Amino acid sequence: MSANQEMAVRYKNNFLKEVEQQVEMGEWVKMCMQCGVCSGSCPTNFHPGWEHPPQEIFMMIRAGKREEVLSSPSMWMCTSCYNCIVRCPRKLPITHIMHGLAEYAYELGLAPKVQPTKNLSKLFWENATKTGRINELTFSLGMYFKDAEGKINIGQGIKKGLEMQKVALGLLKAKRLNLFEIFGGHKCKDQKGIHAMLAKAYALESKRKGRHVG
Amino acid sequence: MAEEKKFAAYICKGCGLGDRLDVDALAGVAQKEGKMQVVRQHDFLCNADGVAMIKNDIANEGVTHIMIAACSRRAKTEAFFFPNNAVARTNLREGVIWIRPDTEEARETTQDMAEDYVRMGCAEVKAMTAPAGNANTGSNRTLLVVGGGLTGMTAALEASKTGYPVVLVEKSGQLGGWAAKLWKRIPAHEPFKAPADTGIADMAAQIAADPNIKVYLNSTIAKTDGAPGRFVVQIATESGAVSTEDIGSIIQATGFDLYDANRLPHLGYGKSPNVVDQAGLEALAKAANGGPILRPSDGKPVTSVAFVQCAGQRDTSGEHLPYCSGYCCNASIKQAMYFKDSNPAIDTTVIYTDLRTPGNGEDFYRSAQEKGVIFTKGKVGSVAPGGNNCVVNFHDLILDDQNAQIEADLVVLATGQVPNSGINIDMSAEEKAEEAAAEAAAAEATASGAQPLQFSKKVSVLNLTYRQGADIPQFKWGFTDSHFICFPYETRRTGIYTAGPVRRPMDMVQAREDATGAALKAIQALENAQLGRAAHPRSGDLSFPKVRLEGCTQCKRCTVECPFGAIDEDERRFPLFNESRCRRCGTCMGACPVRVISFENYSVDTVGSQIKAVDIPDEFSEKPRILILACENDAYPALDMAAMKRNEYSAFVRVIPVRCLGSVNTIWITDALNAGYDGVMLMGCKHGEDYQCHFVKGSELGRYRLSKVGDTLKNMNLETERVKDLEVAITDIDNLPRIINEYAQQIVDMGMSPFKGF
Amino acid sequence: MAKRQYAFYPGCSSQKGASASNYLTSVESMCKTLDIQLTEIPDWNCCGASISYAEAGELPRHVMNARNFALSEANLPGQDIVATCAACWLGAKESKERIEHSSQLMADTQEALKEAGLSIKVMPEIRHMAEVLVEDFGFEELGRHVKNPLQGLKFAGYVGCQTNRPFGIAGENFENPMYLDKIIETMGGEAVPYDQKVTCCGGALAFSEPDKAQAQIKDIIEAAYDGGAEMIVTPCPLCQANVEIYQGHINKKYGTKFNIPVLYYSQLMTIAYGGSAKEAGLDGQVIRAPKLEALAK
Ligand code: SF4
Ligand code: SF4
Ligand code: SF4
Ligand code: SF4
Ligand code: SF4
Ligand code: SF4
Repeated sequence: MSANQEMAVRYKNNFLKEVEQQVEMGEWVKMCMQCGVCSGSCPTNFHPGWEHPPQEIFMMIRAGKREEVLSSPSMWMCTSCYNCIVRCPRKLPITHIMHGLAEYAYELGLAPKVQPTKNLSKLFWENATKTGRINELTFSLGMYFKDAEGKINIGQGIKKGLEMQKVALGLLKAKRLNLFEIFGGHKCKDQKGIHAMLAKAYALESKRKGRHVG
Repeated sequence: MAEEKKFAAYICKGCGLGDRLDVDALAGVAQKEGKMQVVRQHDFLCNADGVAMIKNDIANEGVTHIMIAACSRRAKTEAFFFPNNAVARTNLREGVIWIRPDTEEARETTQDMAEDYVRMGCAEVKAMTAPAGNANTGSNRTLLVVGGGLTGMTAALEASKTGYPVVLVEKSGQLGGWAAKLWKRIPAHEPFKAPADTGIADMAAQIAADPNIKVYLNSTIAKTDGAPGRFVVQIATESGAVSTEDIGSIIQATGFDLYDANRLPHLGYGKSPNVVDQAGLEALAKAANGGPILRPSDGKPVTSVAFVQCAGQRDTSGEHLPYCSGYCCNASIKQAMYFKDSNPAIDTTVIYTDLRTPGNGEDFYRSAQEKGVIFTKGKVGSVAPGGNNCVVNFHDLILDDQNAQIEADLVVLATGQVPNSGINIDMSAEEKAEEAAAEAAAAEATASGAQPLQFSKKVSVLNLTYRQGADIPQFKWGFTDSHFICFPYETRRTGIYTAGPVRRPMDMVQAREDATGAALKAIQALENAQLGRAAHPRSGDLSFPKVRLEGCTQCKRCTVECPFGAIDEDERRFPLFNESRCRRCGTCMGACPVRVISFENYSVDTVGSQIKAVDIPDEFSEKPRILILACENDAYPALDMAAMKRNEYSAFVRVIPVRCLGSVNTIWITDALNAGYDGVMLMGCKHGEDYQCHFVKGSELGRYRLSKVGDTLKNMNLETERVKDLEVAITDIDNLPRIINEYAQQIVDMGMSPFKGF
Repeated sequence: MAKRQYAFYPGCSSQKGASASNYLTSVESMCKTLDIQLTEIPDWNCCGASISYAEAGELPRHVMNARNFALSEANLPGQDIVATCAACWLGAKESKERIEHSSQLMADTQEALKEAGLSIKVMPEIRHMAEVLVEDFGFEELGRHVKNPLQGLKFAGYVGCQTNRPFGIAGENFENPMYLDKIIETMGGEAVPYDQKVTCCGGALAFSEPDKAQAQIKDIIEAAYDGGAEMIVTPCPLCQANVEIYQGHINKKYGTKFNIPVLYYSQLMTIAYGGSAKEAGLDGQVIRAPKLEALAK
């Protein structure tokens, strides 16, 4: 059974309960009073809007629309601007719920295949945890040499690379991008400790949420 | 009382009056033109020395009539309280110096204004007599409470605790009304998280133990006669026996009926036993007595329940209640908790279009969310009854899903409150005919079950013997009329108060508050009646309308127009005034075509003589004169407040306060135009559906009367703009001066009236 | 006034040769004037930023921050942690709040930290540099050091998101924070009013959803121009980068002619305190700021 099927069976189509237990800050979803302030405050919910803005997502969760929610590109549009959070009259941690839903969808393999923000997140975290610090060059190279599905695609990389050439040149000239980073660049000393610590953290979290250690 | 009249004028020089005005000249005007026998000036009239001076004149000089030229009549009322004398106040401070610039050019017109006001004050006081008070009073101190529900019980207990005996009449066999039928109530105390005990049993016990409260069960009011302080009420008991009680004042707390759910077959009511209204659910909860609530169809525990909000309410089609009852969202939240508190696994969904949870309901709502009640924003189209469960079809308004569905064992319809207010006495003959026709049509079409929507009842509650009808006038949809903003319990029948859902839809917290407020007002009313004093808004006024029957033509305008049903007819068909029912609005006085109604301190003459006293400069003076008749409840205070802010306005206006626009007799306007005034402004409260008029109907009746002034203007060959009717609210402090100035300019542009000097 | 000491968390983008290295340069100069001693937390690691959520989950993200807290307290006990990057500050502060709020999370965090031989004994305060300036110094004190007031220069104070929401600087209004305008004015410059002061620059979505992000950036720059600004000032490296480096793209896409310098408050302060263009890191601008360079000593 896939992780997705397993969860669907475990929660017997009670998607609200599933969200409450599996998604970061998911226990807040039931408190939404459907005022719509979040959707109206969200900068990326315009031209074009999200497929399902936050208010709608919360309603869909309560209406049990599991697949539709978890496969939606919507929550991946969140820029973490926190506009919704500071304005929500019910004080829902909307930003975190969006992140949490995205994380859960990704974990279950339901996130859209073509989702650049998903790739970005993965790349960033991998880059950061490898040495303990972000290597901006390999991070951006990685970003631009991957195609929409997250596979390395040199052709696309070159196209994007050309688009970004001016940007990179500008940064280089201003000494804000260091080509020598390709050889390692910034890193932490205790990388081993960091890796062990993170492995433990993953294990603990998976156990608490009843997920497979993957 | 000494028939000898002696007039005295007191002119104050304080508050800057002495610096801004030529007070000696004012004194001269009072003496020569005003014919005041005593004229005194004082540096600070309202201080102890000034007041002592006046008192000394009353005691030793035989002064009977007092004209005070100082500040607004709304200021220093305690200092200038001379109850045994006729007192006129003329307003030189708020009316003159505070609204005029302190400049050399303005000096002359400001002084003109002040001198006119002194003339007017003198003229007014000469036309007045000191109110002698109403001898026709009653002194009964017993409160009658009609209705033994939560509102009525609260009113009875509160009044009794304050020391007044109470007669409580309940038509059913038990106290408690709707509240007694509830399993639990919406919480009224912190932390507003869970349903609470109704407390009704405890209240009923308190009433039973209270020797001050006499309870009639299974009883109705057969007849209510009299007036505040001396009502005589006949109570019909089940046995057919009639008891008579002497009553001081009355509280009607007759509550509501639930909207008839049989009118909602599309929501499954009547088609499945598993569709109930909120009362039906309370009955199930009571039967369950804390255990699982059982499904009526087969007696199995309910595993899923759906609440349909606004069932037959907030309807725009005309078929159902157009209004929001305001309590049923909280009631559904409470009922949803009956399920969640006993078993969190029960699927509990509330389908609403707007969730309205006034007061502390917001906390209650949040608590229900915490308990896992699902709130779904949607509009229910239909409920399809199945064998043991139902399908609720709704339009999900957030997901815009027209075909959303929920299956539930039990469906609860949140229907609303229909007031129990008795018959609609204001219904016109045509409306009655229409209603009868509709009923006849419906009787034929009973198969369709479509009964026309009716708000009022066929049976009277109070059976008043008043000429204007047997019950309290209604406002809309059967709710009794009350001044919503300022005097919520006050009805249009003095000494009779309505409280609770008969007045407007409300919940128990609001009903208790209502009951307490109404009890206090009712006590105040009977105390006032005993002293012959008016109730609000002229509370304390000892004057009352007197009619010179010799001149009366029996036109009945006064008996029809009195907004408070104070005037009956005697056996010779002359108007019969019930002074204690009267609010002293003067509407009857304004209505009387032969002007035979007057008050001792307010009459056609007290105002008319002021109008005539103003000095009208000739056509070539470039000094037009504009008469303002300003309602003393809102417009006059607004002018006073404008003055406090030193908002300036034209020196051409002369303001006379009136009790109500309804008291304005058209003769004043005709006289003013004939005397050469160039314009007349009438300032009164808003009328109509959202009226602000303190006498409810006064400003509407006054305006109707004044709408006829157009003919007069036409006959006189005058422009219609020379009379202007203005709706003024007490907040128009900045607007009013601007409007006055614009009007003054308009008059200047129009040119002077040709009627000067006649 | 005595020297003030803080544990310094530069964050990945403010390292030497990284995208916000000019920020670091100017902060160092500014701190010299204000007699602030910043001591880098030894072997600090990435905060995780806000974008790592999908891959990282909850606990690993908090644990990354917790490692920095533990290192800070072990090596620089009693000192507040100061971050210059808005995203680092926010991420760290959020982790601190969550960990403190939940005993479960605290226990898990400690258990994971043990793997790296660390533990949290005392939870340090997490502050943003702007907070330190406003709260520990105050505008009056900041103004005392001005030697070269930025007379006649007009700036749009672009506060953006993360120093403003959800925590914000104490006493500020989310919809119209004033601290940045006040810093500009304290330095002798003019803070122009404009209506996109707290609009999101798109954050990390500038990488992954460039169209959406660039539409927002365009609005911000347009409003700054409309308000009469000659330069934009920000407290956040991501804002700075996004608003500065995509101007060429935006010009191409929308036919605009944007060419407005985007600076850090610390660069303004360095110049106003009499520092050179180099000390302020002005050579690190992709879009140079000639007016400010001209004013610099
Ligand atoms: S934090 Fe995310 S969801 Fe909230 S307003 Fe910003 S972009 Fe929209
Ligand atoms: S602002 Fe808050 S309460 Fe309103 S719809 Fe959004 S999440 Fe719900
Ligand atoms: S308050 Fe009235 S009476 Fe008293 S000094 Fe002023 S104007 Fe005269
Ligand atoms: S209180 Fe709620 S259920 Fe009742 S009518 Fe109003 S909105 Fe509808
Ligand atoms: S119209 Fe007014 S003044 Fe006249 S009797 Fe009625 S209440 Fe009294
Ligand atoms: S309005 Fe005047 S004339 Fe008419 S019935 Fe009344 S008192 Fe008589």
